[in-house]
Amino acid sequence: MERIKLTIDGIPVEVDPGTTILEAAKRIGIHVPTLCYHPELRLEGACRICVVEVEGMKNLAASCVYPVSNGMVVKTNTDAVRKARKTVVELLIANHPMDCLVCRRHGECELQDLSRQLGVRQIRFHGEKRDIPIDESSHSVIRDPNKCILCGRCVRICEQTQAVSAIGVANRGASSIVTTPFNHGLADGPCVGCGQCINVCPVAALAEKDDTERVWDALNDKKAHVIVQVAPAVRAALGEEFGMRPGALVTGKLVTALRKLGFDRVFDTQFAADVTIMEEGHEFLARLQNNGPLPMITSCSPGWVKYCEHFFPDMLPHVSSCKSPQQMFGVLAKTYYAEKSEINPASIFSVSVMPCTAKKTEAARDEMNTSGYQDVDAVITTRELANMIREAGIDFANLQDGEFDLPMGMSTGASTIFGVTGGVMEAALRSLSELVDGKELAHVEFEQVRGFAGIREASVELAGKKVRVAIANGLGQAKKLLDQIKAGNDEYHFIEIMGCPGGCIGGGGQPLSTDPEIRMKRAAALYRQDMLKRVRKSHDNPAVKELYKNYLGEPNGEKAHHLLHTHYTQRSKY
Amino acid sequence: MDLIRSHILVCAGTGCASSGCKKVSNAMLESMQKHGLDKEVKIIETGCFGFCMMGPIVMIYPEGAFYCQVTPEDAEELVTEHLLKGRIVERLLFKESGGQRPVALFNDIGFYQKQNRVALRNCGAIDAECIEEYIAHDGYQALAKAVTQMTPAEAIDELKKSGLRGRGGGGFPTGRKWEFAAATKDEVKYVVCNADEGDPGAFMDRSILEGDPHSIIEAMALAGYAIGARQGYVYVRAEYPIAVERLSIAIKAAREMGILGNNIFGSDFGFDLGIRLGAGAFVCGEETALISSIEGRRGTPRPRPPYPAVKGLWNKPTLINNVETFANIPQIILKGGEWFASMGTEKSKGTKVFALAGNINNTGLVEVPMGTTLREIVYDIGGGIPGGKAFKACQTGGPSGGCLPAEYLDTHVDYDSLLAVGSMMGSGGLIVMDENTCMVDVARFFLEFTQDESCGKCIPCREGTKRMLEILERITNGEGREGDIELLEELSETISRASLCGLGQTAPNPVLATLRFFRHEYEAHINEKRCPAGVCQALLSYSIIEDKCKGCTLCKKACPVDAISGDVRKPHVIDIEKCIKCGACVAKCPFKAISR
Repeated sequence: MERIKLTIDGIPVEVDPGTTILEAAKRIGIHVPTLCYHPELRLEGACRICVVEVEGMKNLAASCVYPVSNGMVVKTNTDAVRKARKTVVELLIANHPMDCLVCRRHGECELQDLSRQLGVRQIRFHGEKRDIPIDESSHSVIRDPNKCILCGRCVRICEQTQAVSAIGVANRGASSIVTTPFNHGLADGPCVGCGQCINVCPVAALAEKDDTERVWDALNDKKAHVIVQVAPAVRAALGEEFGMRPGALVTGKLVTALRKLGFDRVFDTQFAADVTIMEEGHEFLARLQNNGPLPMITSCSPGWVKYCEHFFPDMLPHVSSCKSPQQMFGVLAKTYYAEKSEINPASIFSVSVMPCTAKKTEAARDEMNTSGYQDVDAVITTRELANMIREAGIDFANLQDGEFDLPMGMSTGASTIFGVTGGVMEAALRSLSELVDGKELAHVEFEQVRGFAGIREASVELAGKKVRVAIANGLGQAKKLLDQIKAGNDEYHFIEIMGCPGGCIGGGGQPLSTDPEIRMKRAAALYRQDMLKRVRKSHDNPAVKELYKNYLGEPNGEKAHHLLHTHYTQRSKY
Repeated sequence: MDLIRSHILVCAGTGCASSGCKKVSNAMLESMQKHGLDKEVKIIETGCFGFCMMGPIVMIYPEGAFYCQVTPEDAEELVTEHLLKGRIVERLLFKESGGQRPVALFNDIGFYQKQNRVALRNCGAIDAECIEEYIAHDGYQALAKAVTQMTPAEAIDELKKSGLRGRGGGGFPTGRKWEFAAATKDEVKYVVCNADEGDPGAFMDRSILEGDPHSIIEAMALAGYAIGARQGYVYVRAEYPIAVERLSIAIKAAREMGILGNNIFGSDFGFDLGIRLGAGAFVCGEETALISSIEGRRGTPRPRPPYPAVKGLWNKPTLINNVETFANIPQIILKGGEWFASMGTEKSKGTKVFALAGNINNTGLVEVPMGTTLREIVYDIGGGIPGGKAFKACQTGGPSGGCLPAEYLDTHVDYDSLLAVGSMMGSGGLIVMDENTCMVDVARFFLEFTQDESCGKCIPCREGTKRMLEILERITNGEGREGDIELLEELSETISRASLCGLGQTAPNPVLATLRFFRHEYEAHINEKRCPAGVCQALLSYSIIEDKCKGCTLCKKACPVDAISGDVRKPHVIDIEKCIKCGACVAKCPFKAISR
């Protein structure tokens, strides 16, 4: 392929055809500010922040979409370019609420950053402020259209990456608004609560529902026994909130911070993840022996489960009836743990820290009260926990390491990798292989299910039988996989689906970033933690063994089924 | 077969339809039946004659008598006088403004004399719902010629020779556009007709679709042959029901005759057409937004390149031309590119249709050779300004065009001359404004339109036009501030250079154009809080000039809020507190004794 030669700001650069000016500029270290641009989303060229001058063109070109051509002469720093960029920001803030000091994105706002970067020092345009009701219907995602700058990144990620399209742009011109079909609340539509829209929102138009006040209240309630569980992906990302490098593993500091915040017991969702493997593994074996329905699809990701209820209701019988680890933990805390430690379950306030906004909606589902109480009382995201730690004045980066409390803090390497795409499948295969074949695995790593491709597949031998497995991450990829299966193109026995790209490490409640490289670093941290674990297979977890022996009985047995399994509901799209 | 001695053409375009042409033709038929003429005289409902303000229009051949503003009550007289006794009904003939004698013949009317109807040639001449009438007027001969005697490259060459440029506003050479689309290699290509006419007041595309739909079908099939496409779409706004209906009838008739479908004229070439309805968004006239809308998505533009000729409808190479452009093409193929190039100016060949509107006597559709001067259009064809008022400006190019003052009346109307003086051709809207027009208010009006029609995708257009409108509203409300003009100019610069599509890039034009020629009016509004044309209500203060007032009491009677008092034959007085600035008194005063 012939290379394209051009100059940008006088510097010659050679790139492949089809490269955009923005990419070419980046290649030679020239920074061009962007706003609606997102490397993982369809290009729109809408915000015009990235405009540059191209010799011979009357108008300014949006560098994020404009393809390079031979002999092109680009200037990224001219008077016209600077004025245009600055004016665009001025126009955006003309009707912005400007409550920056109390805004939840203060300091993490791209509009603020651009305004500073482009030297906007006065407000010359005063537009009419909008007064649109804030949509607080969802347990997961709050929409404040007044702050929206219509970059469209949320719309694109919801449609393109997640295949949900719960939101879109309505009206036109200055009345344009990102909203739901018929302006219903998010909760009344197909929104799965995954929170990917929050991760790409440059401002505070989209945010997780803030549950920290409820947690503070519980912590201040002397009569409440406040326990907390932490999902695996949190420990691989929380450090980023405190200036630590992406991929820093902060498990010990996390435990210490939670104790300092005042939680009575600090437990680990991973304990419940090991229980999940026991239940899901046995469920799979039963389906294998009783002819289905197969493939069986994992149910750990509440975003995926709700997606299936809305978009693939005919596939619901394929979804494992196992509750997610969060909810298994919730019910066990108010039954098993309460009994064992002789605490009145009514006094237990159960908090979970999740990389996920969909978990908030999951905990609020009507059926999640098998313990006789709401199984999980409050769900906060990694970001919300970081806020609490900051608010408490804890110097997170310099904390000593702490240890989880027993028994529900004991976990294996298998449950650690639940936080990354392919991890649940790998954990299941580790246990299934040993349970079925009765022989100890020489090598616990199932490399063939790892990786970050949207859809991956592999074959494994189980009891002399070839079992085909598939893994999808991100709901758009899940849709692709399910469409293929429904079209009869592929047959699988076992499928893992995670609602978010990369799995939980890329969840909608994680420190703001959708950079695939950061996701990979978080994943590497979890695989590292797995290797450091003494026990790496769920069925070897001593605390789990004790749970079954003393309380639950057989995996998939009557009591286990009653407490740890659930059912699903077909839901409409609108 | 009956021998027909007379043909009655009744205009059935949207304009005449809304002034009741259907009732007229029904009454004519009834009267003819009564007098036993219905076997020897035939009524034909045609497309638009262009002279819309004179509708309903009835023309009777072979005499060529041109009757205007005919009512159902006139039918009996027309039948008995003209058809039975062979006498022209003078009172229904057209009278030139200021002229004494009625003009009997169509060709003698000033409105038509300087016109040269190429794109509109069949409008008002044939029954649009009858494919045979189109064929009788050389219809489908060009397609037959191209498909059986020309290679696609020869057809494109003919078009290039003609010098035809896009009539939708851009003015891009049509032959080159076809050449690009032909050069892109793909199994599947599309031809799209842009009939999403949106400029306020412009209706040439509607008229062509209503009056001559087959010419569009023929031209699109020609385009399909030239570029290698087998499918076309006409994207037409749903607010054009008559156009949509006649086009549907025409497509059906063409299919039944084998002119659309496979093996057209016995060749290997096949082509078919579909209609897609737009929901009336101005921006959908922008080609990438139009494509998006046909695909069933939100009608918003996307950045170019890639151009539609490379990646268009469903990512396939797509040729998009506007209705009027297409309407010229069959004749270019039939008569040759040189024939077309013999009309017009050096760089703007052929004719152009304009929609005359505003403060002008003869409003309607006119088609003139490129290079005709504005003065000829306004005065010779348009009949000048009503009420003897002075010409102030004329707006060309629709909401994204410019306003030219009287000293530019001798500008030749062609793409380049208009651009050179700071206006543009656009799709052919031509709005004439008299001395009572406030140019700041005109700019505000157009900005109101463009900001309302902005799709909202890119920030400069969405937010910028809104802010510009807010500033203009401030100025016309008497709250203009020093620096507002400069702010408008700066915003205009950013919006026109940084917007995503043509709508945004041209949205500031009305402001820039009025600032260029009428800056003093802006300054009067801002600095003196005065509207020189007496339009901006907030800046008006009505008072009666004592010396001029004769005490005739007309103003007192006209005032809807009893704000005027005074005795007969004594100067009257306006109570400013009560006055609502409606202007009723000014309109009534015979002595120009009221100032504002």
